[in-house]
Amino acid sequence: MSGVRIGKVSGRGVYVAGNDIDTDRIIPARYLTCVTFDELGPALFYDVRFDQDGNSKGHVLDGPKFAGAEVLISDDNFGCGSSREHAPQAIMRFGLKAVIAGSFAEIFHGNCTTLGIPCVVMDAENRAELSNLIERDPSLDIMIDIEQLQLVCANKIFPISMKESVREAFLDATYDPLDTLLAAQDDVNAVAAKLGYA
Amino acid sequence: MGKNLYQKVWDDHVVRQLDTGQYQVFMALHLIHEVTSPQAFGMLKDKNLKVAFPKRTFATVDHIIPTDNQVRPLADDMAEKMIQVLSSATEEHGIEFFAPESGAQGIVHVVGPELGLTQPGMTICCGDSHTSTHGAFGCISLGIGTSQVRDVLASQTLVMDPLKVRRISVEGTLEAGVTAKDVILHIIRTLGVNGGVGFAYEYAGSVVDNMSMEERMTLCNMSIEGGARCGYVNPDDTTFEYLKGRERVPTGADFDEAVTRWRSYASDADAGYDDVVVISASDIRPTVTWGVTPAQALSIEENVPDPDKVEGLEKNLITDALDYMQLDANQPIKGTKIDVAFIGSCTNGRLSDFKSVAAVIGGKKVAANVRAIAVPGSEKVDKEARELGLHEVFEAAGFEWRLPGCSMCLAMNPDKLVGDEVCASSSNRNFIGRQGSPTGRTILMSPVMVAAAAIEGQVADAREVFNLEGGEA
Repeated sequence: MSGVRIGKVSGRGVYVAGNDIDTDRIIPARYLTCVTFDELGPALFYDVRFDQDGNSKGHVLDGPKFAGAEVLISDDNFGCGSSREHAPQAIMRFGLKAVIAGSFAEIFHGNCTTLGIPCVVMDAENRAELSNLIERDPSLDIMIDIEQLQLVCANKIFPISMKESVREAFLDATYDPLDTLLAAQDDVNAVAAKLGYA
Repeated sequence: MGKNLYQKVWDDHVVRQLDTGQYQVFMALHLIHEVTSPQAFGMLKDKNLKVAFPKRTFATVDHIIPTDNQVRPLADDMAEKMIQVLSSATEEHGIEFFAPESGAQGIVHVVGPELGLTQPGMTICCGDSHTSTHGAFGCISLGIGTSQVRDVLASQTLVMDPLKVRRISVEGTLEAGVTAKDVILHIIRTLGVNGGVGFAYEYAGSVVDNMSMEERMTLCNMSIEGGARCGYVNPDDTTFEYLKGRERVPTGADFDEAVTRWRSYASDADAGYDDVVVISASDIRPTVTWGVTPAQALSIEENVPDPDKVEGLEKNLITDALDYMQLDANQPIKGTKIDVAFIGSCTNGRLSDFKSVAAVIGGKKVAANVRAIAVPGSEKVDKEARELGLHEVFEAAGFEWRLPGCSMCLAMNPDKLVGDEVCASSSNRNFIGRQGSPTGRTILMSPVMVAAAAIEGQVADAREVFNLEGGEA
């Protein structure tokens, strides 16, 4: 089912530094033993956040400074590795609404899009400036404007980018494509018949 | 200008273009398993939808299945529940399920090809990133998320943007002891973990032409580790020979007709590519990882990098990886002590992987301090290996011969590293915590290199341990 149009996303930010943050780090495999995604929020970045006795390591996601942040900022190739939707599901259920990075791994990016989590690309210089801003004042609101393809924080406008087809999908509320796909079953059947799969 | 395979398969399977500019694409084959698919059946139920093409959908269990004891109910209640949910959902929707002890269960990317479900010219998807494996047959094969599993169950289609195609030509002859695993680790090391983002990789050149289907599967399997959503090899006589006589492959005149169609999907001689890379086989040595991404790899002859020789974020990445792996800058990777040796996974858990090791380990023994396991990729691989007596060769050398499953590749089952153990592993990912311990350390390598490490108790050069020097592989 298509969701609601997503034109703007805003909230406070948190910067989780590092390139190549993989899906095993976002959610360790042992949390994949489940039949629903409902309980995944607390497992987000678990091994980075907690030691083996479950004590907090003082990760930025857990301290009071960035508590309640809704926009995750990271670096290049975010979400590389597995196709597990558990990764974006954990991000969403933790309470994060958008991810800003230098680049994204493709399957992760697609999974986020379907769930209505915009993945926004921003260059290194601007990411550094943005993370400095929120480091100094974590209460700052970050506003991601998908329509105008810009991000506003502390009255400063930052350029962002997003794949055009994905931008369109957020703006016309078709990022969850199931209804769209089901609307063409005759065409699907025709292709299946042509290829001998009917 | 002619077309490459990606374009031909794409054109055949496109249903329509959508308003967003993306395409709706038909999936010829949908493979499902217990980790990423049960939730999708729940989503179908919520919307009161049926599976559109149950006969184009096949299920197995691999990730959570124990490899020491598969007697049901499984000791892990949630693992048992995951199998039950998949089993009842497949029954309800009329989907064939290769259950444990059916003779056909195994890792989904081992099962599809060995049954002949995977055929040239198909679009294939599965809720697992290593679906790229099936590209070895000349397919567009994609790892997808659970919501997309739902989409395919409900409509047999996906929303896609077309990928660019990079031809990676590996030319020359591989030296003895250098395998398909070394080729793909070398490619990923050369192009980077995100070098393939936005691309499908077409693997070609004399080295790939000469590879067996199982070697091509190893190659395509790790495309995703280089950032490429999929990788493929053009179908040729090697492909058709492999498929001939497989359970789900047409026979007689139908087979001949299929071969004609399959052959037509191969890239045309004058096809265009968005990028072309040429790799020289003579540059490839036995390759192992030293860090925490598959691109952090080097040849067995090299020393690990020195963070002081680079700047910026790269310096941090190297420092952090060395720190996690407990390695010193500039130290040789050869000689790194190991605790565990694992041969198996969708990358290297096929019959030829075990054959290649069995051919060299006779008379040798796994080092006393090393726990070594060999895990066949499927019940068929297990059966064929046993018929050849391979399990006895492994056991005589000190390996445990296990039951089929994903095992220690991702530790969703009892096979896990403990503490900061080091594992010489034939699997595909060396991410932090990947093998089940948050401090566990993984060194990726070929099966024969894992065997060499197991015997020496440390990362070793298989060419030396097994006297493989000189001559071709």
